[in-house]
Amino acid sequence: MPINYYLFLSLALFTIGMVGVLTRRNAIIIFMCIELMLNAVNLLLVAFSKMHYQAALEAGQLATQAGVEGQLFVFFIMVVAAAEVSVGLAIIVMMYRNVHSVDINFLNRLKH
Amino acid sequence: MNALLVSALWGVVMMFGGILIKQTAVVRYLAIAGVAILLGLNLAEMQGWQLIAIDTTGMLQFDTYALLLNSILLAAVLCYLLLSGSAMEKIGANLADYLALLFFVSSGMMMVSAFESLLILFLGIEIITIPLYILTGSDKKNLKSNEASLKYFLLGAFSSGILLMGITLVYGARGSFALSGVADSIRLSSSLMIAGMLLLLIAMAFKVSAAPFHFWTPDVYDGAPTVFTSFMATVVKVAVFAAMVRLFDRSFALQQNAWQWWVAVIAGLTLFIGNITAVFQQSVKRMLAYSSIAQAGFMLLAVYAMNTTAKEGLLLYAASYSLATIGIFAVLTRMKDYSFEAFNGLAGRYPWVAASLAIFFLSLAGIPLTGGFLAKFYMIKAALGLSIGLALFALLMAVVSVYYYFRVIQAMYFKPVAQPDALAFDKSFTGLLLLVALLVVMLGLFPEWLIACLYF
Repeated sequence: MPINYYLFLSLALFTIGMVGVLTRRNAIIIFMCIELMLNAVNLLLVAFSKMHYQAALEAGQLATQAGVEGQLFVFFIMVVAAAEVSVGLAIIVMMYRNVHSVDINFLNRLKH
Repeated sequence: MNALLVSALWGVVMMFGGILIKQTAVVRYLAIAGVAILLGLNLAEMQGWQLIAIDTTGMLQFDTYALLLNSILLAAVLCYLLLSGSAMEKIGANLADYLALLFFVSSGMMMVSAFESLLILFLGIEIITIPLYILTGSDKKNLKSNEASLKYFLLGAFSSGILLMGITLVYGARGSFALSGVADSIRLSSSLMIAGMLLLLIAMAFKVSAAPFHFWTPDVYDGAPTVFTSFMATVVKVAVFAAMVRLFDRSFALQQNAWQWWVAVIAGLTLFIGNITAVFQQSVKRMLAYSSIAQAGFMLLAVYAMNTTAKEGLLLYAASYSLATIGIFAVLTRMKDYSFEAFNGLAGRYPWVAASLAIFFLSLAGIPLTGGFLAKFYMIKAALGLSIGLALFALLMAVVSVYYYFRVIQAMYFKPVAQPDALAFDKSFTGLLLLVALLVVMLGLFPEWLIACLYF
């Protein structure tokens, strides 16, 4: 399949995530939308990694390492996302304990 | 590399120290000793002495500029811990953990000032921000702190998503994460490359709180415990700026035409919004949050101009801005409340504290004989060669900033005391504050001492 398909798919996923972050009011759902954005990036990274590998093969480099770092990057994103989830959920739980809601419309104490 | 390794290790030491040591003063001294060691190791590395030689396969490169910047940042962290370390004990019982997180943030700052690969940029920025989410929300019972940390977390994660998309598109165009990864020139100007670059610009603008992506900053800085606001608004912001300069200098120098005007627009907007909104604030803490946006506007001029003057100026800016703001926040954490009225008549009661505060505010406003003046001078000089309009606009905005900084000075010196409470300014604090003020003045008088380090 041409790379464009992957590009459009992951850009579509990314945009869905972004629109979700900007429009939804529930902290957990916003959080899920952010994860969707990160996973769209993962998909695209893997696709690009394969693309660079193929390009290197076609250029005649048989034992090529091209594209490996793209897939490695995906692991880093997954690890960092997990760290972010643990901190983020802790923050949401802390918020819930105090106001008994995860609706971000409650976040207006700081507006003067 | 020395400071990076040791700061990550020292963070772990602090975590165990929290279990084993019960006296908070000892924990604090342990942290201060740690930062002093980091600073020493970093200065040693500037002389060419390495703790362990590690092959990072070209992902990190500690050149003179990065090392000098790290030294400035570590010196600022040292001043910060000495001045405000005791204020951290008031937030909660977990002093050792807060300090451990500060060490982790420091290791992230070392990474972003020396990265050579977009992977390290991403990891460094995450290592900086994830501990900061926790520190922002460390006042667990305080709803403002909760709200600030949730806001910071959601917007921080969102901008990380944008950053990652930018990195991925650049990778797609270039085939490598290395900053100077060379592909053929057709690919380098492809739409994939340009789109990725602009996404990276937006994400970095989020992280350094440049307009129109600044809206989280006042809320987060206002809601976070003041001690940690001080850290976020100074050292962290400067480190991320250094990353931004490094990224656009090393990686996107060839596409300068494509991003330069966007940076000019962002810089102009940031200067305008930051300065004008700061004028209307009623709380000094919130005014300082907007002032940090305004100062970010000046630092963006360095990204815009991207020449030698700009890079030297950024070092001066890093030093003078961080030191002055850390000093102001150190006083602020000891005030009764954060209104302008709280400063009324401070000069009569605590003349030395008021004098150093006046020096800090003069430096932020860019009055001659202080470090802030020369820093702003370098920035405007760097931008002058490219766009006279933007440079003049920055000058005008510097004049506007004088108004809100002088409100505090006016309150301290010319307004009568409302309620003469005793504030917690002991002798050693006042002495340290004066020392930091002296440093700010020295930076204004002898900037060549700092700049000269860059060329030896």
